Amino acid sequence: MNLTMLCYLVPSLIMFAAGVYGFCTRKNMIALLISLELMLNAADLNFVVFNRFLFPGSMEGMFFTIFAIAIAAAETAVAIAIIINIYREVKNTDINSVKQMKF
Amino acid sequence: MDYSQFWAMMPELIILGLFFIVFILDVFSKDGSNKKFLTPVSTILFGLATVAIWVLPAGTEAVFGGMYINDAACKAIKAILNIGVFIVFLQSAKWVDSDEVAIRKGEFYELMLATLFGMYLMISARHLLLFVIGLETASLPLAAMVAFNKKHYESHEAAIKYILTAVFSSAILLMGLSFVYAFSGEGSLYFEDIRNSVTGQANSGLMICALAFVIAGIGFKLSLVPFHLWTADTYQGAPTAITAYLSVISKGAAAFTFFVIFVQAFGTLYEGVWEWMMYAVIIATITIGNIFAIRQKNLKRFMAFSSISQAGYIMLAVVGNSAMSVSALTYYVLIYVVANLSVFTIISSIEEHNNGTVQMDSYNGLYKTNPRLAFLMTLALFSLGGIPPFAGMFSKFFVFMAAVGTHDIHTTLGAWAYGVVFIALVNTVISLYYYLLIVKAMFIKHSDNPLPTFQSACSTKLALAICTVGIVAFGICSFVFDWISVAVNA
Repeated sequence: MNLTMLCYLVPSLIMFAAGVYGFCTRKNMIALLISLELMLNAADLNFVVFNRFLFPGSMEGMFFTIFAIAIAAAETAVAIAIIINIYREVKNTDINSVKQMKF
Repeated sequence: MDYSQFWAMMPELIILGLFFIVFILDVFSKDGSNKKFLTPVSTILFGLATVAIWVLPAGTEAVFGGMYINDAACKAIKAILNIGVFIVFLQSAKWVDSDEVAIRKGEFYELMLATLFGMYLMISARHLLLFVIGLETASLPLAAMVAFNKKHYESHEAAIKYILTAVFSSAILLMGLSFVYAFSGEGSLYFEDIRNSVTGQANSGLMICALAFVIAGIGFKLSLVPFHLWTADTYQGAPTAITAYLSVISKGAAAFTFFVIFVQAFGTLYEGVWEWMMYAVIIATITIGNIFAIRQKNLKRFMAFSSISQAGYIMLAVVGNSAMSVSALTYYVLIYVVANLSVFTIISSIEEHNNGTVQMDSYNGLYKTNPRLAFLMTLALFSLGGIPPFAGMFSKFFVFMAAVGTHDIHTTLGAWAYGVVFIALVNTVISLYYYLLIVKAMFIKHSDNPLPTFQSACSTKLALAICTVGIVAFGICSFVFDWISVAVNA
């Protein structure tokens, strides 16, 4: 079977769209984080695919992906720490329970 | 590899060295001592670092294969941001010594220096990878700093709102950059190479999409309007020192980076692609920021919307894409740093004597009891609003000049440029109205129990003195702008 670039790009875009959809609709903060990870991973996948198919001679996209993964991990760590703090305050992780400040 | 290249990164190395000094002092200090010495030591060391960054010569050549450059413009904006951070250190000295925060004050300074390091990288980056690393290094510790008031619920709510939107926007930014990567000629992410490879792609749908994503990603940091929803909540919930830092330093660094990326990497797509996008964003930013500021009663929220509209003015310098742009932007950031930090210093010192409330009502009759503070606040607000003798008027004037640039009013694009400047001008009048609301509360409104007279701490006084000298002197001494424009265009 001959896989073209499109076979990778379409799933990556679907992943990205699923992440955006999940971010807008889910109510649990952990689920929001999972959606964000989906979006970040879709971008990483794009970099790898473009590197593999368009510029096979260089490695720049791969390196970018490695750094992006590390950054995503750091972001998740900070976000989880903040969610734990919120959980201590309001005893759940529902995004609707943090709406004191408005407008 | 040639390790002597690291000497070209002197500002970053200074900040990193300072970070390690503060870290080691923090770890090895005795627990019982409440770490009294840490505040003066870090403030003085940072003051010395500021002087060092001012006097160190700017580099002329890009190092690390062209990834990093510390040219005159980068050096100027770094030096200006350094003054801002120094003022933030001074104004927060009282707060970090309070019982609630004292035990964690080391972390406050470390996180502050870590984000500053990220901002420096972001400013000097000439490669998309270094830019992304800098951006994230700048924005992650900020989330931890927003959550610094551990015992206040608002601080946590502000932090979760900040981190979720920050990660969302950086995911969108990365997606946009991956599209840009697809266009890059030989798979190179250097700004110069991107500039060459995107030329002539103005009609490509993917390229326009990529640009929109990149504008969204950086626009989040700058809180431009469609991406501004986190701003007011985060500014309100964060400790006042952090709010000041977010609204001035982080915004100034992001504005300069925005300028560098859009002029150096996407400069050839200016006409017909991002010029239009930016016109729309600027009009929305200035107008919506101003209109929402009018109805705020909480002063920190009020300053949040005011800073949204100020970000729109900063973007006017970028969108002009003319020879004056970079000097107008640097000058605007300088004036914005002193004026906004002056307001935040006063807010935080009043907050301390008022059980932590920042409502506008508590400023009623401030002139009767604290005349000097009320007067300094008025100067700062006049400067933000752009009333002539003060520096704010000149910075707005230069930004407008840069936005009009070389446009001819008889062409469609030229007419648009003039139209945007006109709308910005009308908005200046609206902004005067709400800045004067505070002045009215302080001077005219009567209060039955105004805030009692109080003495501010020494460090707060020093911060206010620096800010006020800046507001008055930078406007009257016209050589400041000349000096900046010579320095950044050298």
